Amino acid sequence: MTPNTLVELHNVGLDFKDRRVLHQISFHVRQREILTIIGPNGAGKSCLLKVILGLYQPTRGRCEQAPGLRIGYMPQKLALDPSLPLSVERFLTLTNQGDRAPLDEVLRRVGARGLRHNAVQSLSGGEFQRVLLARALLRKPDLLVLDEPAQGVDLQGQQALYHLLAELRDEQGFAILMVSHDLHFVMAQTDQVLCLNQHVCCSGSAESVSQHPEYLSLFSNNAVEDIAVYTHNHDHHHDLHGHVVADAPDPSHPEHTHTHTHTHKNGGCSHD
Amino acid sequence: MIELILPALLVGLSLAAIAGPLGCFVVWSRMAYFGDTLAHSALLGIALGFLFDLHLSLGVIAVSSSIALALTVLQGQRFIASDTLLGIMAHGTLALGLVLVSLMETVRLDLLGLLFGDLLATGFGDLAWVLGLVVVIGITLYFIWTPLLNIAINQELAQAEGIPVGRIRLLFMLLLASVVAIGMKVVGALLITAMLIIPAAAARKLASTPEQMALVASLVGMGSVVCGLTLSWQADTPAGPSIVLCASLAFLFIFSFARRKDA
Repeated sequence: MTPNTLVELHNVGLDFKDRRVLHQISFHVRQREILTIIGPNGAGKSCLLKVILGLYQPTRGRCEQAPGLRIGYMPQKLALDPSLPLSVERFLTLTNQGDRAPLDEVLRRVGARGLRHNAVQSLSGGEFQRVLLARALLRKPDLLVLDEPAQGVDLQGQQALYHLLAELRDEQGFAILMVSHDLHFVMAQTDQVLCLNQHVCCSGSAESVSQHPEYLSLFSNNAVEDIAVYTHNHDHHHDLHGHVVADAPDPSHPEHTHTHTHTHKNGGCSHD
Repeated sequence: MIELILPALLVGLSLAAIAGPLGCFVVWSRMAYFGDTLAHSALLGIALGFLFDLHLSLGVIAVSSSIALALTVLQGQRFIASDTLLGIMAHGTLALGLVLVSLMETVRLDLLGLLFGDLLATGFGDLAWVLGLVVVIGITLYFIWTPLLNIAINQELAQAEGIPVGRIRLLFMLLLASVVAIGMKVVGALLITAMLIIPAAAARKLASTPEQMALVASLVGMGSVVCGLTLSWQADTPAGPSIVLCASLAFLFIFSFARRKDA
């Protein structure tokens, strides 16, 4: 593990009973890097996050963390029972030994300043998400892990969130690892995109499409800066069950020793 | 006359005081069914306590803890839904306890007392161990309060933030099993869960923090013990059901008339 690596996965595999969930996953997250994991439903994205968070032990391979690594985790949603009386302030200070001093600043930073004394259950989806982000930030993380932060948020909210995350990364210098449910939109600042379908289908850098006329007409100029299109160009397909179907006859299947090449081009967005 | 009822009153008040905060966690974590299963298995604990000549409450704590552990393991399987599994365990152990108790020839146990409590038969000897147990439960709960609250909010978030979720949950189950042992004395195997969830549910509308809710739950429970014992004394009704009836009325009253305080 090199000094600036935060998390490193070596051939990680995960089985539930006899069902294979993850297979031969290897990648690493470096300091200040933004890495987005995309993939279809059931691809094992959330399971991969849980392996990295230490909630699941990998069946095969290993997942190494830098010593003393501080992870801030922002779950997709919390199913909080309405019978628990909990204010935003209390929810946040439950993670930092009750220290209220940093609350004003962190709530202002995520744009949730007015919510401090609200009941957590009374927040809207977008508000709760900001509060969850605030809680993750209070842990002063080296690595921020987000599970589908754009889920249930409209496009505008998604842009605002990505913009905020990029700013926070620049200010505080943490790395970001996030899962996105959307195959086409990822954060423009993403350094590395990992396309997952039980195994790593392909990975590479995302590209801004700010020059693309179709997108310029759809969104205002600054919005485009926060969203880029990641073009898939696999050398194989998946059938409905997620099995790999090679474009050309692939003798190495199912070991996937073939290299995953991909190309990016400005005009190549297949978004509809 | 007061010395006849005093140990009963103090044992009942101790149970209500500690059942308040623990019951809140049962309600917040939606564990009412789980608590019920532990409580129903307590009868088996009494029977085994007699068989092995143990302190009966030790028998109850041992059996309830084992059931809690077994449930934790069994809930990992996927063939039977969790509530079905809890129902099987609750009634299976209750039935086994009842059969064992009936088979014992040397002792004649008051079955009604085991099922619905026999608080008025409580003496100062019981009071000593009940108080001791309540103090131990209270201190333990104080130290695991924040992690337990984090787990009640979201187990995965808590675990990702480094809280030893498995160990804290285990400790919590041991505390619940201990409260079940006290509850056996006061309201009996069938009504213990009522003392956990009814005061907690009643407290919800009057509280804006978790701690307030725990405190109000204790107070509602203690009020119910005083009212229930008075009713029992005056009208010669069974003490355990009278206490639970008072708690239910308190819940109805607060639920109907209190304005909800949001956090």
